[in-house]
Amino acid sequence: MNKTASKLAIESLQKSPSGIKGFDEITGGGLPTGRPTLICGGAGCGKTLFGLEFLVRGATQFNEPGILLSFEETIEELTKNVASLGFDLEDLVKNKKIALDYVRVERSEIEETGEYDLEGLFIRLAYAIDSIGAKRVVLDTIESLFAGLPNQLILRAELRRLFRWLKEKGVTAIITGERGDKTFTRQGLEEYVSDCVIMLDHRVTEQTSTRRLRVVKYRGSTHGTNEYPFLIDENGFSVLPVTSLGLNHTVSNKRVSSGITLLDKMLEGKGYYRGSTVLVSGTAGVGKTSIAAHFAEAACKRGERVLYFCFEESPDQLMRNMLSIGIKLEPWVQKGLLQFHATRPTLYGLEMHLAVTHKIVNAFKPDIVILDPVNTFVVSDKEYEVKTMLMRIVDFLKSKNITALFTSLTSGDTSLENSDVGISSLIDTWLLLRDIELSSERNRGMYVLKSRGMANSNQIREFILTDHGVELREVYIGASGGLTGSARVAQEALEDAELLKRKHEIEHKKREIERKRKALESKIATLHADFDSEESEAVKLIKAEQDIIKKLEQDKMEMAISRKAVMEKRAPVNLKKSL
Amino acid sequence: MRAKEVNSEMISKKGNPDKSADDKWVLRLYVAGESPKALTAYANLKKICQEQLKGRYSIEIIDLLENPQLGAEYQILALPTLVRKLPVPVRKIIGDLSNTERVLVGLDILPKN
Repeated sequence: MNKTASKLAIESLQKSPSGIKGFDEITGGGLPTGRPTLICGGAGCGKTLFGLEFLVRGATQFNEPGILLSFEETIEELTKNVASLGFDLEDLVKNKKIALDYVRVERSEIEETGEYDLEGLFIRLAYAIDSIGAKRVVLDTIESLFAGLPNQLILRAELRRLFRWLKEKGVTAIITGERGDKTFTRQGLEEYVSDCVIMLDHRVTEQTSTRRLRVVKYRGSTHGTNEYPFLIDENGFSVLPVTSLGLNHTVSNKRVSSGITLLDKMLEGKGYYRGSTVLVSGTAGVGKTSIAAHFAEAACKRGERVLYFCFEESPDQLMRNMLSIGIKLEPWVQKGLLQFHATRPTLYGLEMHLAVTHKIVNAFKPDIVILDPVNTFVVSDKEYEVKTMLMRIVDFLKSKNITALFTSLTSGDTSLENSDVGISSLIDTWLLLRDIELSSERNRGMYVLKSRGMANSNQIREFILTDHGVELREVYIGASGGLTGSARVAQEALEDAELLKRKHEIEHKKREIERKRKALESKIATLHADFDSEESEAVKLIKAEQDIIKKLEQDKMEMAISRKAVMEKRAPVNLKKSL
Repeated sequence: MRAKEVNSEMISKKGNPDKSADDKWVLRLYVAGESPKALTAYANLKKICQEQLKGRYSIEIIDLLENPQLGAEYQILALPTLVRKLPVPVRKIIGDLSNTERVLVGLDILPKN
């Protein structure tokens, strides 16, 4: 045998996509084409549904007709059962896309009287396959034969032949089997079907059930080996790989306002990055939801769509409470920009939460998703699972470039910077709200613990809830350190008083100077007046004197004229100049 | 229905005093081609009928290789399968009918134990 040739054949193993969300991702393409696959699991874990969805998706999406050979449920029952999942089997059967055959095995009706084989089953199967050109076959569940046919030797030999025959036919087959005690299946079907074995599980932990899927074996192919949670809802099966998305989402440089001006200022004045994940954590009653509500309102005002998951309050209660701090959310709900989804975390398992989130997000196509709060999940499930679930939500939202805001309640006795869910590493911007106890008073403080990709403020701001929303105050920074609350108010009042006093003093001084100036001016005025009167007196005297002088001169002249004497003229005395 | 009627003997003569006159047995043998098992089964069936139901039976042989769609009616899985259509209720026995006693029990000719 040529080794390399066979190796190449294995590497190029063809796969038939199942069309089941997530399953094809973990198996790298689906089930092995032309080979039988064993699906095993306990009662009610979804084996039949897996098979049926494989057929329905094959028929509708991949143009591969399929056969279901049911040993347990009648055709009517099956059709009804899967109709609730949105599969219209009747239509598919009518269009010859799917053939259903119910094989009834009744022990009481069967009496063995000698040698026999199961050629009848082969013939029926072959007939069904040929009638619609089936590429896919589901046998659900062939183990019923063990109950019906007493001779196990013949049965086992025939099963071996059946699976070989299926391979020869080249159909991709699913064989379901009930889980056994120590074996994968009760009747050890894995002995015959060894190309691909998938285990389904339905576990209940802490009263919450979780379905899980694991690829136990996949000959000739790599596959995810983990247990993957899956769920069954009205759209059928979905397997949710933990990290199927990887870390290759494209990032945005755009910024989105937090709705609180001062908070934006702390984040380079622009707010969060679009598509980033924001965590608001803090102890009880520090205003986490208020920050979320601000963000939601601001987004709605910009015309963006917001999806708000609340796990603790009903939407009405939340809206009422936010109204008290002046945030009106109701108009946005009516406009259809804001959608609330309120569920108790314990309502269903984490996977269901995850799937519901996926579904609603895909339907609503929001720009912003708020989860308030995330750590209530911890109560209902294990921390690790919560973390992986949140990781998947973060991944999912990031891949859609949706800005996510989570709130998280930190309990008093743990370190504040240790978020309960341990998701800090997933978070891009982490706002921490804390209470600051100072002089028998509890005040709220907020700071940016981290914010990837921006030079954020390192200041602790005082955080105040007012009737017009959240206000961030500059913390008083003085010689004695930061002060908050009434201490800050008192300090500020003290400073204000001092300032006022100084102002008063200045006023006083100003007034005094004015008064002095006025007094001086009035003195000057009286002096002027005195002087003026003296001056006029003097002028009068001078005039009189001059008149006298003139008179004397005139007299002299007249005397001279009378004596006929010649006299030189004297210049008059300039009184003004000499003054 | 293109069932191959290999043998159909209808004899109205009363043979067994326990059964009423109109008590006829309609048997159908499902086989897949002329395999050794099918031939053995047919031979065994003929023999048992001759011995137990003389003149009150009819045998219809259906070859599923030729008419595969006929297998569904009586939920045929194992081959050969013998179906007692009449008298009701319908009974099915599988195998080549070599264990005569079990055949008689299975066909309700002999009471169980």
